[in-house]
Amino acid sequence: MKKFLNNVDQMLVESLSGFAAAHSDLVDIQFDPTFVARKQKSDNKVVLISGGGSGHEPLHAGYVGRGMLDAACPGQVFTSPTPDQMLAAAEAVHAGKGVLFIVKNYAGDVMNFEMTTEMLPFEHATVLTSDDCAVVNSTYTTGRRGVAGTVIVEKCVGSLAETGADLASCKALGDKINVRTSSIGAALTSCTVPAAGRPTFDISEDEIEMGVGIHGEPGRRREAMREADAIVGDMVAAIVQDIEAKQLPTHGDILLLVNGLGATPLMELYLIYNTAAKLLTEKGFHITRSLVGNYTTAIDMAGASLTVCLLDNEITQHWDSPVHTAGLRWGC
Amino acid sequence: MNSHTISLYAAAIRHAILDHEADIECLDREIGDGDHYINMKRGCEVIASMTDELTALSAADALNKIGMKLLSTIGGASGPLFASFFMSMSKTLKGSETLNTLQMALAFEAGVQAIMQRGKAQAGEKTMLDVLIPVANTFKQMAEQDKSSQEIATALKQVASTGLESTRNMLATKGRASGLGERAIGHLDAGAKSCEVMIHAVCDAVLIS
Repeated sequence: MKKFLNNVDQMLVESLSGFAAAHSDLVDIQFDPTFVARKQKSDNKVVLISGGGSGHEPLHAGYVGRGMLDAACPGQVFTSPTPDQMLAAAEAVHAGKGVLFIVKNYAGDVMNFEMTTEMLPFEHATVLTSDDCAVVNSTYTTGRRGVAGTVIVEKCVGSLAETGADLASCKALGDKINVRTSSIGAALTSCTVPAAGRPTFDISEDEIEMGVGIHGEPGRRREAMREADAIVGDMVAAIVQDIEAKQLPTHGDILLLVNGLGATPLMELYLIYNTAAKLLTEKGFHITRSLVGNYTTAIDMAGASLTVCLLDNEITQHWDSPVHTAGLRWGC
Repeated sequence: MNSHTISLYAAAIRHAILDHEADIECLDREIGDGDHYINMKRGCEVIASMTDELTALSAADALNKIGMKLLSTIGGASGPLFASFFMSMSKTLKGSETLNTLQMALAFEAGVQAIMQRGKAQAGEKTMLDVLIPVANTFKQMAEQDKSSQEIATALKQVASTGLESTRNMLATKGRASGLGERAIGHLDAGAKSCEVMIHAVCDAVLIS
């Protein structure tokens, strides 16, 4: 393992301290229990709190700020945060209209947020994101995982919450976007959890992991490395199939997000965008919004994910509204 | 059993988990996401650091304290699951000073039921429950038959190992491995492994005493 680090046990605290210092105009950080909150506390609005294991930066702390989250609770690397963090965050940021938790669908995250809501003294609701179509949903499994589509949920629901909308409306928009969003990832290499010190999985030079999760969990299948167009073609096909399976239209306006998993350069991400956009347009979609970059990472994994969100006027309007966070900023 | 023995068992568990780092980590890398050992270790270390605090409490209060501490320390799925286990054991034992074997068995069973409820999981889903459920059943049966602690500890070690081995050919339908489908077959579950290690550690401590 070759990483910039001092003491592996201090890595998270040092990184979060750096994050808070670099963005001291936007956020405040508190440790033990650890959470990141907006510098400017909101008034009379639904507050959005998210959280998850660390290692997916800028998710979620990078999305704290005007137009997105009110607070984020970073857990240990790839490990859900704990209820005391969420309770402390809710106590610090609540603004009289309830708390909306945005939770990626993993057993640990769901259980920790569930225990939090059992103890929470405020009105609350939860949006569970599950955009990853690599994992087939079934009543017998934990179900689809929440991945990069979570960023779209946090952006748009954050925008709606700024307008003073109530808790039920914010939850409804989050649930709607989640249903209309499909993602799939592909890994060229593993990631290395710092405390583990070695790659999470072995993969040879001529292989890829199709459908990889953002923790390096295996996906649909291990397959041979091919040229980018072939890999992206399979990813687009999986997404289109998922949209069809959900009986949603395979035409109309979409947002296309090409997300880097940590160690894939923008040059390759734009190449992926080029192919994906062509294929989706041929399919009948109209790409009216796009985003390319590292928005939901898996530490140092080389790889990328594609996310397609079927837009409507409401989602487009909230995507376009001003946002000022460390990870996303436009319109202000 | 009292809070002093609880602390002794906690120390034995910590030793055993640290000793099995390589096994647990290897299983989690195969079909998990590589954080299970780190989380278990963090939980064991924090409980080990609470010995003085715990021995001053009743058994029920010590178990509750352990649960609350694990909840705010471990995170992931293990945090709420082990927290629910200890907090539920504590609730069952509330009011009893020193505990007999049957009380312990019933508390253990209540703890395992709390894990099932929290994780919405049952036996046969390739999780820690494939070790814990058979152990709870055997523990209760033998305690009801008034078997000695030595007999029970020996039997539970065997049941835990059999339970662990049973996860090898299971499809995972809960936890991180649940996205893997058939690819998880042939691998032991890491959570089941760490539970087997912990049960062996406690049973060995009983056998030595």
